Amino acid sequence: MAGGKEIKSKIGSVQNTQKITSAMEMVAASKMRRAQDSMAASRPYAENMRNVIGHIALGNLEFRHPYMEEREAKRVGYIVVSTDRGLCGGLNINLFKQVLADAGKQQEAGAEVEFAVVGSKATAFFNNMGAKVVSQISGLGDNPSLTDLVGSVKVMLNAYDNGEIDRLFIVYNKFVNTMTQKPTIDQLLPLPKSDDDAIKHRWDYLYEPDAQALLEQLLVRYTESQVYQGVVENLACEQAARMVAMKAATDNAGDLIDDLQLVYNKARQASITQELSEICAGAAAV
Amino acid sequence: MAILSVNLNVVSAEESLFSGAIESLQITGSEGELGIMPGHAPLLTSLKPGMARIVKKGGNEEVIYLSGGMLEVQPNHVTVLADIAVRGDDLDEQAALEAKERAEKHLNDQGNDIDYAEAASELARAVAQLRVIQATSKK
Repeated sequence: MAGGKEIKSKIGSVQNTQKITSAMEMVAASKMRRAQDSMAASRPYAENMRNVIGHIALGNLEFRHPYMEEREAKRVGYIVVSTDRGLCGGLNINLFKQVLADAGKQQEAGAEVEFAVVGSKATAFFNNMGAKVVSQISGLGDNPSLTDLVGSVKVMLNAYDNGEIDRLFIVYNKFVNTMTQKPTIDQLLPLPKSDDDAIKHRWDYLYEPDAQALLEQLLVRYTESQVYQGVVENLACEQAARMVAMKAATDNAGDLIDDLQLVYNKARQASITQELSEICAGAAAV
Repeated sequence: MAILSVNLNVVSAEESLFSGAIESLQITGSEGELGIMPGHAPLLTSLKPGMARIVKKGGNEEVIYLSGGMLEVQPNHVTVLADIAVRGDDLDEQAALEAKERAEKHLNDQGNDIDYAEAASELARAVAQLRVIQATSKK
């Protein structure tokens, strides 16, 4: 059994770790509140935008935008949204597993895959893996702005325009509640069709002023809102996951301290008993 | 039987402002005023700064200021994707008046090299806000 002194210092170090994790838990909890608010605020816009785009994809429009053409998937692009920092449990790894499984399926079907990554965790992961990473951005902070994101999204959109990729997906963690974050893969391009049965017949919009200009304006807003939504959802997920992970760590540290304290007390008692019996034996010998 | 109501969603990048059944919608499109009744043909248009007057099912009216955006109409569903949207009751008349004066001064101020388009669109936004405020207070 280790000596009392070593156990004492071990308890001290676990206590220090516990202080750090509980502080991180509280920071994450307060950040989560804000991240959750900003996510909830922009969610209706993104969802309604997706609905409108779904209708447009179903329609028989006079102007066929390249984003509406279904091409054979020879190359597939993924925009992977991850966190910048670790210590948030299995959040990133679960997401990457999902992406790799999906990318694996695409590769079996004979398609090449490439990635645009957001967040340093995804950058590190996909570079290590030797995957083809076409653009990367990290260090978005707690208030990501659209202008920071546009550059990396643009790379993928240009690739789509030039026919270098035939499908584009966005991958992020969807915030369900504090305990649950769901890795999600959404199709961005070509435009996903809505499953609204009421408008399955042939129809076209009336346009004011002009179809091409309108659609281009709308599609830019669409991609921007979807990517932005992915990033803010992922941010809320990060803080929630970190809060939960740090809470677990704090609890575990508490258990560890209890166990060590028990060992320490036993060791102390044993040494006292031993000393006593030594004294008694010494006294008896005299 | 005629269709009596249609679902409307008004959302801006910051919040969802209205969601529910309406009898009609009056809104400023880029080419002029639009009136949307239930059963309207599919329509896609961009919006100018202006107001959206919503007649809710049952006849109650609501006025919302929009700074621009997109409008999509389906026979049974209308969606307004606004850039910035404010409910008529929440608008600040004083601020709108000041913004209008400021924009007018910029426009008349020929000497400085000001961004004419920027000032003109600021003026359009301020005037639209004032119209919404008037419409709200008239109710």
